[in-house]
Amino acid sequence: MIDTLLALITEPLAHEFMQRALLVSILIGTVCSIFSCFLVLKGWSLMGDAVSHAVLPGLALAFVIGIPLSIGAFIAGLFCALATGYIKDNSRVKEDAVMGIVFSGLFALGLVMLTKIETDVHLLHVLFGNILGISSQDVIEAGTIAILCSLIMLIKRRDFMLYCFDPAHASVIGLRVRFLHFGLLILLALTIVSSLKAAGIILVISMLIAPGATGFMLTKSFDRMLIIAMSVSIFSCITGTLMSFHLDVATAPLIVVIQAALFIMAVFVGRQTQGMKEVSYGT
Amino acid sequence: MSNPIVTIKNLSVTYPNGHHALEDVSVNLKSGSICGLVGVNGAGKSTLFKAMMGFVKPTAGNVSIDGMSVRNALKKNLVSYVPQTEEVDWDFPVLVEDVVMMGRYGHMGFLRRPSKTDHDAVAQALERVNMSEYKKRQIGELSGGQRKRIFVARALAQGGNIILLDEPFTGVDIKTEDSLIDLFQSLVAEGRLILVATHNLGSVPSFCDEVILINKTLLAYGSVETTFTQDNLSKAFGGMLRHHQLIGADLHDDEDARGVTVLTDDERPLVLYGEEGGKKIVRTPKRKKADKT
Ligand SMILES: Nc1ncnc2c1ncn2[C@@H]1O[C@H](COP(=O)(O)OP(=O)(O)O)[C@@H](O)[C@H]1O
Ligand SMILES: [Mg+2]
Repeated sequence: MIDTLLALITEPLAHEFMQRALLVSILIGTVCSIFSCFLVLKGWSLMGDAVSHAVLPGLALAFVIGIPLSIGAFIAGLFCALATGYIKDNSRVKEDAVMGIVFSGLFALGLVMLTKIETDVHLLHVLFGNILGISSQDVIEAGTIAILCSLIMLIKRRDFMLYCFDPAHASVIGLRVRFLHFGLLILLALTIVSSLKAAGIILVISMLIAPGATGFMLTKSFDRMLIIAMSVSIFSCITGTLMSFHLDVATAPLIVVIQAALFIMAVFVGRQTQGMKEVSYGT
Repeated sequence: MSNPIVTIKNLSVTYPNGHHALEDVSVNLKSGSICGLVGVNGAGKSTLFKAMMGFVKPTAGNVSIDGMSVRNALKKNLVSYVPQTEEVDWDFPVLVEDVVMMGRYGHMGFLRRPSKTDHDAVAQALERVNMSEYKKRQIGELSGGQRKRIFVARALAQGGNIILLDEPFTGVDIKTEDSLIDLFQSLVAEGRLILVATHNLGSVPSFCDEVILINKTLLAYGSVETTFTQDNLSKAFGGMLRHHQLIGADLHDDEDARGVTVLTDDERPLVLYGEEGGKKIVRTPKRKKADKT
């Protein structure tokens, strides 16, 4: 019994491409889950959506100019985030409308460019990732960005949390609010870039929302939300990667399916505890 | 405790979308007083606060606090802020004690790890607003008055001498309002400066020493006795107020020509009584300390 269970784990890991896949999925699962807490609390789900879509023309342009694709992706993603903020501040259009226009415009531009220029960039891989085809070079690049971003977010989590909760108070106690704001946007773009090869720009959106949303449903304190989000995400990445091998299905989509299933379970569990909370509610 | 002095000179604020929220506002505020900031919705009360908090940049003029720029004053934790209830995300996963601890962040190091001093300050602040027993509650699980109290506690834990309160009385009942006012008065007695933005006219004369009336520009500023008059209020509120007047023969059976004027928006009404239909204000007496319940 234990032997067969163990075989479920060791058998895939006999292959080097599976070792790389597992490692990279854990790394991006970690960085995405940490960011997802801030994203959910700041109400930035649409921003995550926008920035990841906007990465596409950056990839195409980077290919044309001949610079590393991740640098092109990062610049395009950040440009989208900043442009959204700028248009919102300087016009009377609502933020979600601006984002809708900016990101679908950039995404469409990327599609146009990719159909016109000859690249070795597979559209399907860009959209949904190609975790099993990832090279050691990719693992090192994605891993470095993921670990760096994770550390920054964990170390400065209180400042970022305060910025999400009450930016006015953050300003009043002398924190640099603009610094925190742009810091979060840069971290968002970097997180997406680190996940591109493995998860693709469509699936990363889910990895950037589901874990934080799950944590939010299950607890009332921020640090616990962070722990739940990270656990849920890493668990999904490990089981998803191993199961995809045995079931012979696409890896990143399976990870996302597991995360979504866990979120839905959390919604029901969360409802129950919320119900109890209301009953035991004195004044 | 030092004596905070806020100097606002020719302050104008224009939002990036082109909206002029404040134009040429100048006032000087001294410590040891409660100042009411009164104006209709959209008059620029919150904007004036944001300028004092370094949260919006003046397009002209400046604010100085204790002779320092706003930025330097904030670094010294001189200013505390109690936000408007509607601006807080009450579902946010933070406990009461977490929120009060946020008042201490400016005193902590790079990692924001609370020291014993920080924990003590939080405990004291919670004690002072009578919220110690709720410290493990999530903030959404509190009543309207309790929600206000924890943010006041955060300001106390921070230790600033200047406290800005944005609409502290919306959504709280009269009893809670009274106990909040008691709390404010005891804080001012310790030499702080408290600025209260409100459109709740009725309670202003009973707890404010000074009043600022604004509607984009400064309409009037001075002590409550001389400034909080019907003429000035009409300027500030225009047609926004319900206005009831009973004068002379309608009110009295004798030759007495005095009258009563009741001004109200939707909250506690302001009652003026005296000559010329109550145009000269007869100040409602200062609230006496409410009994502790
Ligand atoms: N971030 C903003 N961008 C653009 N306009 C704003 C912003 N915040 C407030 N305003 C506008 O500035 C005016 C003053 O707002 P505010 O200071 O909040 O008024 P009050 O607090 O007195 O109700 C209002 O007309 C409001 O619509
Ligand atoms: Mg306001």
